[in-house]
Amino acid sequence: MIRRDMLARAAAALLAAFLGFSAPAGARVRIDITQANVEPMPVAVPDFIGSDNDLQGLGRDITSVIMADLDRSGLFSVIDQRAYVERLASVDVRPRFPDWRIINAQVLVAGEVRRTPDGRIEVATRVWDVYSNEQLGAVSFKTPADNWRRAAHKVADFVYKSLTGEEGYFDTRVVFVHETGPKEKRTKRLMIMDQDGANPVLLTDGLNYQALTPRFSPTQQQITYMALFDNRPGQVYLFNIETGEQEQLGTFRGMTFAPRFTPDGTRVLMSMERAGNSDVFMMELATRRLTRLTDNPGIDTSPTMSPDGRRIAFTSDRGGAEQIYVMNADGSAPTRITFGDGRYQTPVWSPRGDLIAFTRLYQGRFYIGVIRPDGTGERLLTESYLDEGPTWAPNGRVIMFFREASPGSGPTLWSVDLTGRNLRRVRTPGDSSDPAWSPPLP
Amino acid sequence: MKVNDSMKLMGVAGLMALAAACSSTKSTGPDVAATDNAGTSVSSIVAGSQDDLEQNVGHRVFFGYDQYSLTAQAQSTLQRQADFLKQYPNVRIQVSGNCDERGTREYNLALGARRAEAARAYLVSMGVDSSRITTVSYGKERPIDPRSTEEAWSLNRNATSTIVNVGA
Repeated sequence: MIRRDMLARAAAALLAAFLGFSAPAGARVRIDITQANVEPMPVAVPDFIGSDNDLQGLGRDITSVIMADLDRSGLFSVIDQRAYVERLASVDVRPRFPDWRIINAQVLVAGEVRRTPDGRIEVATRVWDVYSNEQLGAVSFKTPADNWRRAAHKVADFVYKSLTGEEGYFDTRVVFVHETGPKEKRTKRLMIMDQDGANPVLLTDGLNYQALTPRFSPTQQQITYMALFDNRPGQVYLFNIETGEQEQLGTFRGMTFAPRFTPDGTRVLMSMERAGNSDVFMMELATRRLTRLTDNPGIDTSPTMSPDGRRIAFTSDRGGAEQIYVMNADGSAPTRITFGDGRYQTPVWSPRGDLIAFTRLYQGRFYIGVIRPDGTGERLLTESYLDEGPTWAPNGRVIMFFREASPGSGPTLWSVDLTGRNLRRVRTPGDSSDPAWSPPLP
Repeated sequence: MKVNDSMKLMGVAGLMALAAACSSTKSTGPDVAATDNAGTSVSSIVAGSQDDLEQNVGHRVFFGYDQYSLTAQAQSTLQRQADFLKQYPNVRIQVSGNCDERGTREYNLALGARRAEAARAYLVSMGVDSSRITTVSYGKERPIDPRSTEEAWSLNRNATSTIVNVGA
């Protein structure tokens, strides 16, 4: 078992406080991220101010993380710092707006890093509408200095929310499968990292089993995944990120696989195989009581529950080739919702509830797409030799997945927005697959 | 001394297999003896062993894309496996179901379980006691051919029988 000391840092609570300047006025500058074709908003982010060398260095580091977050979202274009005219002296002084208008900025993110009397740092930020000369919002985070990355992500989340009205997803993490070794004898270990690829840490040693298909608990620092052993059927496990402890989720003769937490975090949906046939089951974590939800001679797998807890989508080949079905949470009234050519697998319900992401196989190519739960509005967002395993950002606006771009190339992580236009490689150390996006960090 | 040591290392299972080998050679075991009769180099394959299963019987059957039905060829291989298992009643096997890389991880785990079960059920229908066969699915996680070609995929869609132990 390998350590996970980042959790100590995660637990170090970030105290947020709104700065007393002017209350956020009715925002004039606003990004509507539901629009299909969004022009990135030009935003200026000068280095966060510091009163000495250490704080200036920290300010530069924080600024670069904020800029990278905003840029990756595809909603902002960060203006090159070399073009900036005004040099801000303090976060508490009103900027000279014409100096920012002249470089075509619409929004200015101004910040300052200070030392607090108790030895922590305070990261104070103001978001300005350069055209209306109004403050859109202000926020301050106090945190231990070595937790500066989370403070930066919190600032980026604040900027995102100030301009879109929606929760950001930058202060989140991703658990995934880190792959090494030859294909025939691959080592597959769980790894966790910040959503921008920083702080990667291995969670399992990979010696006795391959770790596959990890999923975050929506409510706790917990993961469920499948351990694939040599010479006995693979089983679903629970893994506590904070303690490193893990336990098998029940003992079954047949394989258990494709686990996924329910949105309230109290149950795990999974497939169990008996005599070769796979059906969908639900286990209540407190009692370990197992309930059968499907009983069909076809393969039923990859269950995922709607955020309201009322319905479950899953993959089944009961009608021939694999398609996505939606049923009530008690297993009743399964209804097929996909009818396109090829095969539909790995449905994943959006945390917003409005869409289901999936993997589609068609004529030797793999696609990540989305469809409404009633089966309308299917859209394909990506395509390659192998695109698989979508996972949603907690705000339901971005999907991460893994890709083998060409035959024989190793798997890598990618993200894409719902327009399909903002496709980005996600930085990981080495070959990576099966990403699972965390909920917002506590 | 030397012999004794190696005997110890081989353990009970090894001795059983060795005994089986001696008897089968004398009593003209079907495959090992055939090799000898053909005049090729004297086989060092132990009858009733994994090597025997792989080289003289066939330990692997293959499937079509996204299929788990047994082809005629698969059935004849499994028929030979059933004969082998009847000949060596102490042998127990595990059948692993495997898939090519042209499906998702989760679905392929389910498909691999179907393939393993298809092979197991056929062996049982041929008279092998079901308690002697266990199954496992490796999905697409254990390809035998690492290439990304049609040929590799057809090899990787298989059910593979492995001797897990020679029972007492």
